[in-house]
Amino acid sequence: MIVYIIRRLGATFIVMAVVALFVFSLLFLTPGDPAAVIAGDIATADDIKLIRTKLGLDEPFLVQFGSWVGRLLQGDLGTSIFTSLPVTKLIGQRVEPTVSLTLLTLVIAVLIAVPVGVLAAAKAGSRIDRFVMGASVLAFSVPVFVLAYLLISLFSIELEWLPVQGYRPLSEGVWPWLSHLILPSIALGTVYMALIARITRAAMLDVLSQDYIRTANAKGLGSRAVLTRHALKNAGVPIITVIGIGVALLISGAIVTETVFAIPGIGRLTVDAILRRDYPIIQGVILLFSGIYVLINLAVDLSYRLFDPRIQY
Amino acid sequence: MSPTWQRFRDAFRRHPTAIAGAVVLVAMVLIALFAPWLATSDPQALSPIQRLKQPSNGHWFGTDMLGRDVYSRVIFGSRISLTVGAAVAALSITLGLVIGLVTGFVRWVDATVMRVMDGLMSIPSVLLAIALMALTKASVGNVIVAITLAEVPRVVRLVRSLVLSLREQPYVEAAIATGTRLPLILLRHILPNTLAPLLVQGTYICASAMITEAILSFIGAGTPPNVPSWGNIMAEARSMFQLASYLIFFPGAFLSVTVLAVNMLGDGMRDALDPRLARRM
Repeated sequence: MIVYIIRRLGATFIVMAVVALFVFSLLFLTPGDPAAVIAGDIATADDIKLIRTKLGLDEPFLVQFGSWVGRLLQGDLGTSIFTSLPVTKLIGQRVEPTVSLTLLTLVIAVLIAVPVGVLAAAKAGSRIDRFVMGASVLAFSVPVFVLAYLLISLFSIELEWLPVQGYRPLSEGVWPWLSHLILPSIALGTVYMALIARITRAAMLDVLSQDYIRTANAKGLGSRAVLTRHALKNAGVPIITVIGIGVALLISGAIVTETVFAIPGIGRLTVDAILRRDYPIIQGVILLFSGIYVLINLAVDLSYRLFDPRIQY
Repeated sequence: MSPTWQRFRDAFRRHPTAIAGAVVLVAMVLIALFAPWLATSDPQALSPIQRLKQPSNGHWFGTDMLGRDVYSRVIFGSRISLTVGAAVAALSITLGLVIGLVTGFVRWVDATVMRVMDGLMSIPSVLLAIALMALTKASVGNVIVAITLAEVPRVVRLVRSLVLSLREQPYVEAAIATGTRLPLILLRHILPNTLAPLLVQGTYICASAMITEAILSFIGAGTPPNVPSWGNIMAEARSMFQLASYLIFFPGAFLSVTVLAVNMLGDGMRDALDPRLARRM
């Protein structure tokens, strides 16, 4: 087990090194002069030169990459071109809204999608099953922000149940915090739920055709006990895997959702950085999100044993 | 009639939704092709006195904040979405196929390439595209490249896993034993067996590329603002949603319906070409 964890951490390190090399070398690989693109159309030659120095484009690739990685390992993600503030500080100010949004979405999505998937599998071929499958295809097809605007116009503008936009920190009370996050979470979580429900259904169908399920049914166990204790637990590995992989959807979606709902999180920071072409911020956000994504999926890998003790690391 | 074609036809008969998807998609392609004739006015024509008019007989989908006719812009927008979807699907399948075939067969390339692919796959695809778009000038071509780069690793993984199981097949071993050269084995024995799953994968990539393009345009990292893409029309409406929600809902509906059509077509093809998977998903 320990050896396995160490080996997996090593692989994780390599993956992150590739990510770092990629986001860094993009500056050098993109055709044209990135400094000129970042500076914009009305920049003077001096402006472009200044940006080139700030990005370190005036030195050889390896020298720059070396010192960049050196600072990275000390937790320094660089400095924003536009505000001249450290990227770590800019991201740090924005962590709470994004963590609130994504965690709430994750919890809601898993709590809804897994039971829905189990139900669809238990009643495979029924009207409920076909509805779930149809709804999931629809969910895959409507972009996050279109869904978000639909929700706003229905629940905020027509019915006036929930606030249109904005964010309140948890310190201002649970309801203000929650009420501002309900619509964003539904908008963000819909694709994720569709994905989890589909995989849950597929995994359950696989397990339900096994002999031990027939045995459990034959010895007279209630169908609920069979579904949860025998089937769901054995379908756990693919389900937990897709929950981990789907986090990528949450991260991409959070950027859009925060833009629609004016939530001052890391996604909003990213979109502002795009408009100003503030590449160091984009670099930092990619490294952070990719790192979190990789670690979550490492944790998922390590959790397989909880579902299936036969798995040897 | 060949068995594959037979299965194809039966599956479509069993899946009327796939046919509906195909019909809608063909209609969308026709709209894109005949956009200049279907549009009621120039999608770029400004008309300041006609700003933010609600949908009416003169302007079926209303007008935007610069007085441009939204119906004509949405009609022309279909060109961008379909081009991006088709181009990304074709490019990433081609690139992924070549890289996947080589990595599946040439051991020493495999480890290095797969580490790079793992790295690329650990960057959420929208973020990967954002990074590229932040450093290049906005253009439809660059959007296609950016989304393709994010999709390629997934195709490589698929092709590689197919190749790894195919190379254990007796007929491939026989080909190796009789001294067939590698390029010929790849071309004659491996490639044909990867096409069906890749066709299915291609439709899903097309659907997700259209959504990613809209997302990128929506957050200002996509097609240049002067191009009337569905994402751009919605991006410009961001600040005036409460005033003119039709600016979001018309292009949003076109986009969703198109993506839905492609997804339904993909599901139908998957059922036709991969009966093993069809039962489960």
